[in-house]
Amino acid sequence: MNWNNDLFFQALPFISKGIWITLSLTIVCYVFALIFGFVWTFLKRIPNKAINWVVTWTMEFIRSTPPLVQLYFIFYAWPEVPYVGMTLSPFTSAVIGLGIHFSTYISEVYRSGIESVDKGQWEASTALNFTTKQKWTKIILPQAIRPTIPMLGNYLIILFKEVPLAATIGVVGILHLAGDFGSQHFRNIEAYTVVALLFLLMSYPSALLVNKLEKKMNMKFDKKATNGSKTLNDSEGAVS
Amino acid sequence: MTLERVISINALIEIFPTLFQGVKITILVLLGSIVVGYFLAFIAGFCLLSNNIILRTLTRFYVEIFRGTSLIVQLFWLYYALPMLFNIDLGSNYLAGVLAISLNYGAYMSEVVRGSIVAVAQGQREAATALNMSRFQRMRLVIFPQAVRMMLPEFGNYLIQMVKATSLVSLIGMKDILYYGDRFRFSEISMTPIVLFLALVFYFIIALPLIFLTRKMEDISKKGVAS
Amino acid sequence: MVDTVTSEEQTANVNKGLDPIVKYENVHKSFGDVDVLKGINLDILPGEKVAVIGPSGSGKTTIIRMLMTLEEPTSGHIIVDGKNLWEMEKNGELVPANEKHLRQVRGDIGMVFQHFNLFPHMTILENCMTAPTHVKKMSKKEAKEQSIQMLEKVGLGDKLDNYPNQLSGGQKQRVAMARALVMRPKVMLFDEVTSALDPELVGEVLEVIRDIANEGEMAMVLVTHEMEFAIDVADRVLFLDEGVIAEEGPPSEVIQNPKNERLQTFLHRFLG
Ligand SMILES: Nc1ncnc2c1ncn2[C@@H]1O[C@H](COP(=O)(O)OP(=O)(O)O)[C@@H](O)[C@H]1O
Ligand SMILES: [Mg+2]
Repeated sequence: MNWNNDLFFQALPFISKGIWITLSLTIVCYVFALIFGFVWTFLKRIPNKAINWVVTWTMEFIRSTPPLVQLYFIFYAWPEVPYVGMTLSPFTSAVIGLGIHFSTYISEVYRSGIESVDKGQWEASTALNFTTKQKWTKIILPQAIRPTIPMLGNYLIILFKEVPLAATIGVVGILHLAGDFGSQHFRNIEAYTVVALLFLLMSYPSALLVNKLEKKMNMKFDKKATNGSKTLNDSEGAVS
Repeated sequence: MTLERVISINALIEIFPTLFQGVKITILVLLGSIVVGYFLAFIAGFCLLSNNIILRTLTRFYVEIFRGTSLIVQLFWLYYALPMLFNIDLGSNYLAGVLAISLNYGAYMSEVVRGSIVAVAQGQREAATALNMSRFQRMRLVIFPQAVRMMLPEFGNYLIQMVKATSLVSLIGMKDILYYGDRFRFSEISMTPIVLFLALVFYFIIALPLIFLTRKMEDISKKGVAS
Repeated sequence: MVDTVTSEEQTANVNKGLDPIVKYENVHKSFGDVDVLKGINLDILPGEKVAVIGPSGSGKTTIIRMLMTLEEPTSGHIIVDGKNLWEMEKNGELVPANEKHLRQVRGDIGMVFQHFNLFPHMTILENCMTAPTHVKKMSKKEAKEQSIQMLEKVGLGDKLDNYPNQLSGGQKQRVAMARALVMRPKVMLFDEVTSALDPELVGEVLEVIRDIANEGEMAMVLVTHEMEFAIDVADRVLFLDEGVIAEEGPPSEVIQNPKNERLQTFLHRFLG
């Protein structure tokens, strides 16, 4: 075995300094993705075949090409694009690159949330003569958001694990610091082990939390359903 | 204007074959990862269902570690650390790349395997028992064929994820699409937008058949599972 | 039975001199290349109770959904209280109605659905209050008073704070009626409102509809398979078949004395 304990304990505090960058990049990316996901969902709802086709395939393109290449594109290539290009900081580039990449997934979550609302809810709110805005804010969204929460939680964790890609364009989070530490000491193993440990330490409990949330929600619905059938029996007795 | 266009067409002629050199490596990494990844997924998936508690715990350990950390971290760890730690040289960065990607996605997909088998088994156990099948027969004849259909759409999605993941091997010095795409940055920086965009298009072309395959798998799975 | 029929014929006669509240003029509807409705002409008078019967798939639901603006006619006009529902005038020309125009005209119409379509995230009281407060801009207090009054009328005054999934089907449907009623529509549409209910719960719902019908001022279109009920409540019955109104008249004729052969076969199944 070839393991240096001292080095491991030196690396631990050095690399941990990067946690804040990694975490704040995760959060900012996530907010960006949540907002941009909204834009996709909105664009996809435009009832025009051509627009729909373009939006669908643009999303498919972004979703199925590597986020690493997208980061490179935004950080290295965007400044060279004539007229519209500009230089962006590594952090900003990462927010835009990973944010847009994930927004295509988030948008699917929104879509599934909206589609989970029964068609009858739209019809009832038309029959009651609600405005389009009222339909969304009072009837559809309150029902559409709940089932998306566990999925959105899941994507937060996935995004967190994707964020170290930003080290490749110079965001000084934990992975980047591990690289620095490694090259200073001409050994990488302890540093990368620290990074792996830090990730496990943060993502595993979060995953458990999301799991719990998912189960709790399912249980809530089950419970409500059984409650419902219970009162249903009661009331049947009362009516007849 | 016309002059510019001529230049960019000339440039394209130059870029295309360069990027194309990378396609071979990307596809080799992808194929390796797919084969090993699915293999691991099934092995680990069955281990997670095993009656042997040690086997189950060890597998659970593997799955949670690889799902709980980033692929890029796993890749670096395997590439730099493993040879030092155990004195084994993984021999080539190809092996490190394929191992990292397939260990990572194998872990994710083992959950798909386990979940599908559990879901099917719950519904069909009694019927299969009523036919007096052995545990092995039950799995082979009744549960597994249905469970595989159930796994297909998720498997398809992970195929596309693996295409994206292959781009990481450029970080351990492999000469894949991204490597060649990135090289222009140092020689001719004004070309980077078109080169990197083309690199994205190359990845998309590789992913495209898999996108259609996934859609097909979704259809198949809708038809063939008793619910 | 004879008694009820005469009293309803009287109501119908009283209404005869009025302008129709709803008018279908040669309305066609097709889905893709399937012609579902092939020229519907129909006048509904204020306060009139019209029952629509016909085989499944004959377009009964489609007829009332077009009036509720849930489905757009392929051609023809629907006039509500003198206003063209699906078209509006713009620079002296008739153009397809926009949402604003639809909202203006739709205010006169209410609907009760086969599957209730209550809002699951709101209590019974909130289900009833939400439209009066937000659409009619009624004060919260007033909306609440009227909603409670309406819920008491349908026999659910003690369930105000329950959620829909805590109610039986019959109770849900009664809430749905109260919800539509507080909007005080001039025309109320009922789409097979009892066919999703367990048989023992049908009675309570029909009872409420009967009560509403007896109050008289609101026109009602009832798509139904309950023939006894239609005889009781309707002033007029329409038999819809193969995309047209194949027979119409008072229940004493259409249901109890059918001429159309297909109508006879159809009724046979229900009256035995
Ligand atoms: N949204 C729709 N798209 C396509 N076909 C439809 C749609 N709605 C109704 N139809 C068709 O129109 C016909 C009449 O439907 P409907 O009005 O629901 O009949 P009913 O209520 O008399 O059973 C049916 O054949 C039905 O399949
Ligand atoms: Mg119908």
